[in-house]
Amino acid sequence: MTPMRAKSAPPSTDMNDTSEAIVPDQTPSAKSHPAPQSGPVPQAAARPAEAKMQAKNVNFHYGTFKALHDISLEFPANKVTALIGPSGCGKSTFLRSLNRINDTIRGARIDGEITLDGEDILKMDVTSLRRRVGMVFQRPNPFPKSIFENVAYGIRVNGLASRSELPGIVEKSLRRAALWEEVKDKLQESANALSGGQQQRLCIARGLAVDPEVLLLDEPCSALDPIATAKIEDLLVAIKDQCTIVIVTHNMQQAARVADSTGFFLLGKLIEHDRTDVIFKNPSKKETEDYITGRFG
Amino acid sequence: MASTAAAQPQLKKTGSTGFLSRLRGGDEVARLITLLFATSVLIVTALLITELWVSSGPSREKFGFSFLTSTTWNPVTDEFGAWPFLYGTIVTSVVALLISVPIGVGAAIYLAELAGGAWSDALTFLVELLASVPSVIYGLLAIFTIVPMMREFIGPALKTVFGSVPLVQDLVAGPVYGVGYLTASIVLAIMIFPYIISVSREALMAVPREQREAALALGATKWESTWQIVVPFARLGIIGSVFLGFARALGETMAVTMVIGNDNNIHASLLSPGNTIPAILASEFNEASGKLHPSALIELGLVLFLLTLILNGLARLLILVTTRKGSARA
Repeated sequence: MTPMRAKSAPPSTDMNDTSEAIVPDQTPSAKSHPAPQSGPVPQAAARPAEAKMQAKNVNFHYGTFKALHDISLEFPANKVTALIGPSGCGKSTFLRSLNRINDTIRGARIDGEITLDGEDILKMDVTSLRRRVGMVFQRPNPFPKSIFENVAYGIRVNGLASRSELPGIVEKSLRRAALWEEVKDKLQESANALSGGQQQRLCIARGLAVDPEVLLLDEPCSALDPIATAKIEDLLVAIKDQCTIVIVTHNMQQAARVADSTGFFLLGKLIEHDRTDVIFKNPSKKETEDYITGRFG
Repeated sequence: MASTAAAQPQLKKTGSTGFLSRLRGGDEVARLITLLFATSVLIVTALLITELWVSSGPSREKFGFSFLTSTTWNPVTDEFGAWPFLYGTIVTSVVALLISVPIGVGAAIYLAELAGGAWSDALTFLVELLASVPSVIYGLLAIFTIVPMMREFIGPALKTVFGSVPLVQDLVAGPVYGVGYLTASIVLAIMIFPYIISVSREALMAVPREQREAALALGATKWESTWQIVVPFARLGIIGSVFLGFARALGETMAVTMVIGNDNNIHASLLSPGNTIPAILASEFNEASGKLHPSALIELGLVLFLLTLILNGLARLLILVTTRKGSARA
């Protein structure tokens, strides 16, 4: 074990580091070996194979309230990153900054830098950003349309495929979201007739249909029962080879189950970010340990 | 609450749930009193229907169903037919809706979705203000501005544009007096569009934020999210606002009486004077004498009542149908 590393600072950003993926089950001591050119910086524990998205010194204000303080965090490609912390700690705000959905809130202001493949998202066309960075919300929010139309919406609105290709894409997306078998005979029925867990998987299918590079999930299982939750967790692990996943969760077991790395937020600050097993077994900050062990929050 | 210290032990002993003990608890009293108030709805409706039915008796007996289709309205010869007024009522209301629904819904979309905070609040305040202006004021506005405008500009302009277009030309035929169906429709449109804005805006604002965000998160633009997701989601409320406006237009009396022209004949041209059921009731009831004339006027009232009843039924049906079709409840 290599305890007490200063991880609240982001790992130095060596974008050329293309070392292979880190298997989450590896023991912490093994973590520095796959990246020889990362050289003498062993504390870069959560060093990404390649940062898909990266936040640098992000501050966020709702009017006069400062919700995020100087957050720097990177999201490695094809990994699941979990953001945990007590309610109101800013993790959802941070997540919602990554596709600029917070832009729609009056009085919201952001500074700092967030990049997607090295490109500043604050300068990007917001609709193309959101097509590339999909989102699944806390409560299932299917459109009051048919199941088919729900999944097809993103394709249609972005003009991504012809009418004849739609059924194929819808099927593929529903399969990826592990929902196809349950709904294949009722694609034209209202999405509102599905159960909560099915609706949430439908929302994931809807998000996947536009083939996003990053998928943001804002407490996607908080309204679901354990069985539906387990299905969604399996699904996340299954799709991460196709996109980078960031998930906000209140459920620490969930973070432990699905995430490759985990960031702990408290009062608008990123307290600690590391590989998930390190965060849960050997956190370097007292606040993290207190939260993990249930002493508050 | 009313139970006394003396009553309480006894209550416990008998475990009584009889009327008196419940009465002491106050629940039964509250239920009875509110039931009484609620019954007043039934009583008023029953009185209304009975009065309309009984008082229109002579006219119903004399004319039967031909009352609805006859176009003659002649108090001197005691011949009465409802069609010119039914026609006028429906035409003015429908034209008013054609004018005000696009404007009202468009404005509601702007206020609910696109306008900024303070600006939206200010405009909404004005809309609510407009909705509460008494109709006689709108009538004055109509007489002093819309009627002259109609005579000088709108009427002649419509005649120039559509005067030689087949089918449409009949709608703008004849001399332009200023008063008439179209003038009444415009006044009605002005009167009902605050309602449509207000109710539609409420419906749009009630659409969950997550619906908008779901569309935006898929790469939809603000307008795409508004038009393709938010508006369909709110469509029941919007339909409701349209029917509310329709009902108001059908029953509107004062402003219409002032500008409809009070001509008891049917004209195809929208520029011609005509009459509506509320307008003729207002203008003739005072002078109606004999047995048949008042009775025929009351039967007109009955017809209007049935018309609004049918409209309500249609609204329910429409909501039922659109709800089944994919929307389910919000």
